[in-house]
Amino acid sequence: MSDRTLEAEEQPVFYQTGEEGPAHAGGGTLLGFWIYLMSDALIFASLFATFGVLSSSFAGGPTPRDFVDLNLVALNTAILLVSALTCGLAMIAMHQGRLAALRSWLIVTALLGAAFVAIEMHEFGNMIAEGATPQRSGYLSAFFTLVGTHGLHVTLGVVWIAVMLVQLGQRGLHHDNRRRLLCLSMFWHFLDVIWIGVFTFVYLLGVL
Amino acid sequence: MKPDNGGAADHAHDDFLDAGHFTVGGYLAGFAGAAVLTAIPFWIVMTGAIANATVASVVVAVLAVAQILVHTFAFLHVNARAQGGWTLVAYVFTAVLLAITIGGSLWIMYHLNLNMMPGMGLEPADYGM
Repeated sequence: MSDRTLEAEEQPVFYQTGEEGPAHAGGGTLLGFWIYLMSDALIFASLFATFGVLSSSFAGGPTPRDFVDLNLVALNTAILLVSALTCGLAMIAMHQGRLAALRSWLIVTALLGAAFVAIEMHEFGNMIAEGATPQRSGYLSAFFTLVGTHGLHVTLGVVWIAVMLVQLGQRGLHHDNRRRLLCLSMFWHFLDVIWIGVFTFVYLLGVL
Repeated sequence: MKPDNGGAADHAHDDFLDAGHFTVGGYLAGFAGAAVLTAIPFWIVMTGAIANATVASVVVAVLAVAQILVHTFAFLHVNARAQGGWTLVAYVFTAVLLAITIGGSLWIMYHLNLNMMPGMGLEPADYGM
């Protein structure tokens, strides 16, 4: 009698439904990558908080009105927004199994990302030439840290796209590459979301 | 928030994610919404359409939040079903932490600055500099 009770209690309990075999192993990776993106958002939260606190600590140095060229910011915003669309079109091509279209859209996305970084470096170069360097004031330190961290992310995104183009060329559109590309697209769209915060709170509200 | 609630139907796709969310129309709609929500704040600031700076700031900030939500649902495909709802839970949790971090920092430092204003008896000489 007691033996049987013990047996019943020792019945293993499965929390997996059994549907998540190796075929769905990518699901865990995608959720894990999403958690990484959320933690990355917290890095940006601390940088935004720092920027907000120092947003008027000019120390007699240049203010946003002195160096921000909103036309250039609008151009960069448009570039990044279009790259979000081309990244989405790449994902659609991937789901349809059209490898050539996928590679073309990825190349367009990478070129747009590179153009974004180039324009940002041009802007930074102009600022530094005018004496608006990171060490000039608390405001400029926060500005370069926040905008620079985002630019670094975009740069690494472009590198990631280049790596994926090589992977696709060598191995084609197999299971692992599809998972990697889904992570890549999440990363790219995430950077666009961060940029909304940058162009709104750093540039637009800085000039206003 | 049960994991794999109605999972059988979702797993019918031979894929990690709901491939049904990846449609050209969905992306174009998201892109159009995002473009409008980007153009309006740039227009407000570049033309000075709203004379009152405080009102303009609030409008621009609200539009930014709206655009972030458009990106979240149209491009990042966050919904209550993806990954058994855990992407949405993580997203909302992050939003709360973001609000506390940014809002809390600004709030504390604003009051600190008010209380450390010059003319409160603490002139630079008093710091021993």
